[in-house]
Amino acid sequence: MGYEAGSYDVIVIGAGHAGCEAALAAARMGCSTLLLTINLDAVAYMPCNPSVGGPAKGHVVRELDALGGEMGRNTDKTYIQMRMLNTGKGPAVHALRAQADKFAYQHEMKKTIENTPNLQLRQGMVDELIVNNGVCEGVITQTGAEYRAKAVVLTTGTYLRGKIIIGDLQYESGPNNMRASVKLAQNLKELGFELVRFKTGTPPRVHKNTIDFDKMEIQPGDPEPRAFSYETTETIKDQLPCWLTYTNEETHELINSNLHRAPMYSGAIEGTGPRYCPSIEDKVVRFNDKPRHQIFLEPEGRNTEEMYVQGLSTSLPEEVQLGMLRSMAGMEKVEMMRAGYAIEYDSIVPTQLWPSLETKRLEGLFTAGQINGTSGYEEAAAQGLMAGINAARKVQGKEPVILGRGDAYIGVLIDDLVTKGTSEPYRLLTSRAEYRLLLRHDNADLRLTDIGYEIGLISEERYQRFTKKRALVEQEKERIENTRIRPDHPEVQAVLREVGTPELTEVIGLDQLLRRPEITYAHIERISPAPEELPAEVKEQVEIQIKYDGYIRKSLQQVERMKKVEERRIPTDIDYHLISGMSKEAREKMSKIRPLNIGQASRISGVNPADISVLMVYLEQYNRVASKV
Amino acid sequence: MLDMDTIAAVATPMGEGGVAIIRVSGTDSIDIVDKIYRGKEKLSTVDSHTIHYGFLIDPQSGERVEEVLVSVMRAPRTFTREDVVEVNCHGGIVSVQRVLELILANGARLAEPGEFTKRAFLNGRIDLSQAEAVIDLIRAKTDRAMKVALAQVEGRLSREIRELRQNLIEAMAHIEVTLDYPEHDVEDVTLNLLRDKCVEVKKEIAGMLQTAKQGKILRDGLSTAIVGRPNVGKSSLLNSLVQEEKAIVTDVAGTTRDVIEEYVNVRGVPLRLIDTAGIRETEDIVERIGVEKSRQLLQQADLILLVLNYNEPLQPDDYRIFEAIAGMNVVVIVNKFDLPQRIDLEDVKKHFLKQPLVMTSAREEKGIDLLEQAISEIFFTGRVQQEDLTYVSNTRHIELLRQAEQAVTDAIEAIELRTPVDMVQIDIKKAWELLGEVIGESVGEDLIDQIFSQFCLGK
Repeated sequence: MGYEAGSYDVIVIGAGHAGCEAALAAARMGCSTLLLTINLDAVAYMPCNPSVGGPAKGHVVRELDALGGEMGRNTDKTYIQMRMLNTGKGPAVHALRAQADKFAYQHEMKKTIENTPNLQLRQGMVDELIVNNGVCEGVITQTGAEYRAKAVVLTTGTYLRGKIIIGDLQYESGPNNMRASVKLAQNLKELGFELVRFKTGTPPRVHKNTIDFDKMEIQPGDPEPRAFSYETTETIKDQLPCWLTYTNEETHELINSNLHRAPMYSGAIEGTGPRYCPSIEDKVVRFNDKPRHQIFLEPEGRNTEEMYVQGLSTSLPEEVQLGMLRSMAGMEKVEMMRAGYAIEYDSIVPTQLWPSLETKRLEGLFTAGQINGTSGYEEAAAQGLMAGINAARKVQGKEPVILGRGDAYIGVLIDDLVTKGTSEPYRLLTSRAEYRLLLRHDNADLRLTDIGYEIGLISEERYQRFTKKRALVEQEKERIENTRIRPDHPEVQAVLREVGTPELTEVIGLDQLLRRPEITYAHIERISPAPEELPAEVKEQVEIQIKYDGYIRKSLQQVERMKKVEERRIPTDIDYHLISGMSKEAREKMSKIRPLNIGQASRISGVNPADISVLMVYLEQYNRVASKV
Repeated sequence: MLDMDTIAAVATPMGEGGVAIIRVSGTDSIDIVDKIYRGKEKLSTVDSHTIHYGFLIDPQSGERVEEVLVSVMRAPRTFTREDVVEVNCHGGIVSVQRVLELILANGARLAEPGEFTKRAFLNGRIDLSQAEAVIDLIRAKTDRAMKVALAQVEGRLSREIRELRQNLIEAMAHIEVTLDYPEHDVEDVTLNLLRDKCVEVKKEIAGMLQTAKQGKILRDGLSTAIVGRPNVGKSSLLNSLVQEEKAIVTDVAGTTRDVIEEYVNVRGVPLRLIDTAGIRETEDIVERIGVEKSRQLLQQADLILLVLNYNEPLQPDDYRIFEAIAGMNVVVIVNKFDLPQRIDLEDVKKHFLKQPLVMTSAREEKGIDLLEQAISEIFFTGRVQQEDLTYVSNTRHIELLRQAEQAVTDAIEAIELRTPVDMVQIDIKKAWELLGEVIGESVGEDLIDQIFSQFCLGK
């Protein structure tokens, strides 16, 4: 029998990376918020790799931070190693990646949640949604507690009808032997949601003291670690290294001779796995000409000897896993602490969502994270934040916040999901963004802090600091663009000689000088310093913006064009089947997706330019008729 | 396609009259035409709804391209309710195409099928009651354009473009992998390697562009058969047409082994010469005429060039040919005019009462201009109707190829400046997308698919 357990503005189901961000955002925006989790000790748990960031993902963490999310700050407080990747390439793909201390990360996040006003954290498994007339009004837990809410955010991760598979062994389970959520999956199906089965996996963990690191290559952190959050002032200098070893012929032979016992090949797995994250058995089969694969050993935290074996994700039987581990250099005597496993889970087809992450089927129900078909902590956190923001705004009677593809990777991620759907667990890649050069990690604050502030997730004090930085960047850019250097300038020729670029023969703009490939802002400072010393991030920004001005401008023009098209809104109640000039495929797809504007409509696969033209004419007709009434 | 940028297209159907109108519509239309127009005054300063005489020049070379009349019509009293410029030029295909290309190269975009009408409607120029008609028009025009476009890129060009794109996408996937998986043991793509690849691609695109400009893509020229007995001078006539360098000859294998198609441009009229195997002097034309297949080919022809020998009396074979081509569009060519007359011209004229007859001497290159004129007159007086879409899509291909070439050039320049590889990638990707548009392949998930199939990645 159920009991009335209370009433909230927003209820968040699941306290993983999506759930934590959703709950924090809603509570900070002033909504009374309840965060429910199956296991209180699994808040912000990292069931797979102990790392945050990397290309695209690291960008997302920065974006989250600019919007007032928690992942960046929480990582900065707890990491064990920080590296800037891709430094040899352009600024658009520079990416920060942290090795996380899993345990410290969890504790820190839990503490933050526990100390956030308006936010209740509680253990409980949700079995059912309370639904009335197509509106989600609350949840019912396994223990019979009935919670009412104006908006519900569902972040079930891999718990939803989760199943772990190791060799022949299969059992119902969430990640790392947590309880699976089974009844809720049934309930969602009954409510009419289209579910799909996805699969992911994790490698074994080993004991550090049984590894011979002399036979491996060391991977230290950066000597001057950078931070994810624009608020972080002190970074952790005391870092732990990772280690690199390789699989070899023996490893591959062992895998090949045991393939019949691999669930992926024996047919035991029905879920679709991600191509970008294949198991080691998959890699060996598909790329059989590769003599070796990289394996990184990464600490799981400071207060543990457990190490994560990156690159060896597998669901082969336990004893085969041990054999594989011991076949590699430096791991001859290794002790395995946990076996790797594959996990299958239910997620919903994400084209059932509006770009706000609210479901089309049930008003007031939002979903975020792996339930929407993504994988990765960062992708989950990003959706969690947006779902939390939009749930809170719905409660407050405000329009949802929808980021565009030219605004943020978060915009790319959500637009891809709700417009195109996904046939495998979705991972962000920088190549998914059309305007990669605009979506840099260095300018996430410039792109998004205004929005974060407007939503109410960026403090007044932080916003003031931000606007000051922005003003300094503009001021310094203007100075450089308006400064001209003569060939008889005392310093310039010396600098140019030094870097090996042609000396000046005539007057040249300082900005043109900075655009020479060999010249950096540091050189400019020697030739013509700013009137006062500028913060490092301002110098960085000025250098990038001036150096790549041509490319940036081109991208901006494209974004402008796209924005114009996205301003052309489409009413959501259009009956596409009435538009006879549109192809059948386009009519069916549009009826399902119900795009909010012409831009989104044009990105639906199978919709061609003529369909869009016809739609525009139809809309014009529709609007003229509507305005006459 | 979606926003209201400036669009251009040929407004008059091809082959209907000696003057063609190229219409430009959109905010920048006057500025764009001003860039290439030289007349008494700048178009930006003239009154609305006025016509001006002048020349179009190629701003890059400074060369005069065409003598034109330009009408300037400012919004909102225009067909689209946008600023509209109409360029009136000579109606030959080559000149129309050059003018259109020039306008496109200076900032306009080729209009989608039905786009002027669509804009007229969206801007409130056309009444609501006509919405359905507008939709039908867009649909119909698009379907036809697609059919023509696809028909045109069948075969060798599309195969070449596909190979080129595959080549590009492999390089792109390689670059992307090093960007998205920096710690993976995939070697970085060096800028030098990338430059070599780009230079090679640029060369290939330039080759295609050359081909396209010469009209090889123009697969649906007037299908034209040259017929006549052996030794009447068919080959040399063809060569005369070809050697004047306004003509291009290729040998695209046709549907059967012995049917060869060649393309010739005569005063802007594209001719597709069919069954030119029959031109070979060794071929026995009578036998060929007797063959059903040849008969069919003849009947499919839009135009027949009948070649007779001035120096010989008409023979039974000639009469059999007359019979086979009765009622068709024929230009009668009486060749070997430089030799003594043995042919009964009155008899010939009796068979071809309404058809033009020209006297030529291929050997002495005489009368060739008369022949060309006769062909273009037939075409431009509308006796032969051609779908204008053919060359619209040809223009589209040229425009897309040109843009692709530009993108690769940009990439090469960026490499020379040691620009980071991820930015070079912007231009490479653009080239790849543009090439895809030529053959109607969508962008989609191709790149991501390629990354995962080409490289072994994992966590």
